Amino acid sequence: MASIKVLNGNAAVAEAVGQVHPDVVVSNPVAPATPILERIASFIAEGWLDAEIINAESAYSAISACIGASAAGGRVISATASQGLAAMHELLFVASSLRLPIVIAVANRALSAPINIHADHSDAMAQRDCGWIQLFSENSQETYDNIIQAFKIAEHPDVRNPVMVGLDGFITSHEMTNIWLVETGEVTDFVGKCNPAYSLLDSNNPVTVGSLDTPDYYFEHKVNQLQGMENARKVIKEVGKEFGDRFSRYYGYFESYKLEDAEYAIVLMSSAAGAAKEVVDELRSNGEHVGLLKLRVFRPFPHQELKEALSHLEAIAVLDRALIPGSFGGPLFNETRAALYDMEDKNLPLVFPYVYGLGGRDITIDNFRDVFRDIEEKNTEKIEIKTELAFINLRQ
Amino acid sequence: MMTLKELAEKEDLLTAGHGLCAGCAIFPILKVVLRASQYPMVVSNDTGCLQMTTSHFPRTSWKLNWIHSAYGNSAAIVSGIEAMYRSLKKQGKFPLEKELKFLAIAGDGAANDAGLGPLSGAVERGHHFVYLCLDNQMYASTGGQRSSATPMGAAAPDTPASDALPGKMQARKNIARIMTAHKIPYVAQSAPWIWQDLYKKAERAFETPGPAYLNILSPCPFEWKTPTRKTIELTRLAADTCIWPVYEVKNGTKLTINYKPRQKLPVTRWLQSQPRFKHLEQSENKWIVDKIQEEVDKDWDYLLSAETEPKHRDN
Repeated sequence: MASIKVLNGNAAVAEAVGQVHPDVVVSNPVAPATPILERIASFIAEGWLDAEIINAESAYSAISACIGASAAGGRVISATASQGLAAMHELLFVASSLRLPIVIAVANRALSAPINIHADHSDAMAQRDCGWIQLFSENSQETYDNIIQAFKIAEHPDVRNPVMVGLDGFITSHEMTNIWLVETGEVTDFVGKCNPAYSLLDSNNPVTVGSLDTPDYYFEHKVNQLQGMENARKVIKEVGKEFGDRFSRYYGYFESYKLEDAEYAIVLMSSAAGAAKEVVDELRSNGEHVGLLKLRVFRPFPHQELKEALSHLEAIAVLDRALIPGSFGGPLFNETRAALYDMEDKNLPLVFPYVYGLGGRDITIDNFRDVFRDIEEKNTEKIEIKTELAFINLRQ
Repeated sequence: MMTLKELAEKEDLLTAGHGLCAGCAIFPILKVVLRASQYPMVVSNDTGCLQMTTSHFPRTSWKLNWIHSAYGNSAAIVSGIEAMYRSLKKQGKFPLEKELKFLAIAGDGAANDAGLGPLSGAVERGHHFVYLCLDNQMYASTGGQRSSATPMGAAAPDTPASDALPGKMQARKNIARIMTAHKIPYVAQSAPWIWQDLYKKAERAFETPGPAYLNILSPCPFEWKTPTRKTIELTRLAADTCIWPVYEVKNGTKLTINYKPRQKLPVTRWLQSQPRFKHLEQSENKWIVDKIQEEVDKDWDYLLSAETEPKHRDN
């Protein structure tokens, strides 16, 4: 029996983790992800979650401990954000290269300097080339559902790749909402057992993990590594469908909101989608053909599907919650625009880059109205420069 | 007492065919240490000479479960492995009767510098593992640069000896004392020349519940530019000059000096044995030699005064 609880995003992660039952939990406090670990620690202290907790002295050691624990053949979870995730950077590559199905919840938060503990996607976007599958969640419900699916995706024999699940720091992580929880037995049944390819604890079959490669093998190994990520495309879809079939909430690479007959659309990720949908509804009631695409899977980037979903549009505003100095737009913009480039029909939609919400700056209903108005104007005026970065709700 | 023959008869878990340099002390040290556990072990190897020369894909020199991931984190990696072992055992997912041991191996660079935080964290958490530091007093795999374990006065590529600067000017970090201050169950310092002592300490380290730290002098003939045949002899000279005292500390307090030289030799004997100290022979650098002698004497006197469980002289 499913049940409803009032939980915030962090608690939703902890609930999902408790149900999925990791063997080792690695804890290192970084705001706004800390309550996730505190709640899991309380499950262990109360004795109903039979797992070992490692209270790592740094984020660098936390991800290292995850790697050791995962290579030892069991299920591992950790949570972090911002500086913690940045400090893990070097080891994130190692975790994915060793094909370890670690799951990390990331309460997405701005990066220093200036130090700031509020939401943006700079932390996760800075790790987008680390070989991790990246899922983003709009709200606590999606966070809960994504964590459960993350283990199944990561541990799938065709994938064996780590997954990070993003939830917006101090927005999703701390907002209390109703959440439908799946019964633990059903979660156990859905996720299945962790069947590692090898285990460092199996002394009858010793393995050497993390060899030295010279130029005669490195390239092949790196390209082979892609298989897990590429296979994840299919597995993410299947897992999302199976989750829907069992628990009535379906997941794909993205959510298309009133896109089918739209002329103008916004593309974004995570919590801002809620307010954007409000504006889409409002403008639609005024007869405007607008829509929204909320991306859930950033890695592997669903370029083919995105192209199909967006190609009929007149103009698209891509809203990044991360700033990439020296680039012509944020990472979501770059990927989206590149995905549309090889359209057979050369009637490409115009794609405009926006950056919003850095360091927890609010994005309001008015801001979304302005964005739609802006791209409509830019489209009708057929302006020359299509890549000039616009900032939303920034004091000039 | 283990005889050399008995030791040799035990299985080699690190096989020949590795790429370590001729005369490197790492291999003889590991020949002893890896034989000292009666249970299978898992090795977490930090980045360094040993890792690079024994895991060259598609070959491996390791006949046990082995992992390397990065520089400085071998203690954190091993804490993950050991926690998983405990978790699976507790949950009945791993045979209860089956015992495993866990060994992190690092050079002095990893142990003293980048890996000091992870090492300190792992021993503070009390994981059941042995941390073996192979101390060649520098970053050997990157070309002999100074580490915080490089002794004062030594020339290194990044602290070269010149008229303006006679080598490294800072004292060596005393990692054994740092680990002792953590009050972990077992800290020991040894060297390959006194292999029975090394074996006994490794055995004790594996048997100790909780973390154990082994600090082993590991000469690097390639970077020290010493004759390959002198490697083991040099480690004895280090003990006889009290540059490298052989001792152990249980629970942070019970200190035993396992070797006391009949006649303590002057540090000049040690310094003269290695070209990295050559410039100290110049008269204007005599103050550094005096300073080194003074520091060695102080450390040795400290050990003598701190010794709580003296043993009989057996040399």
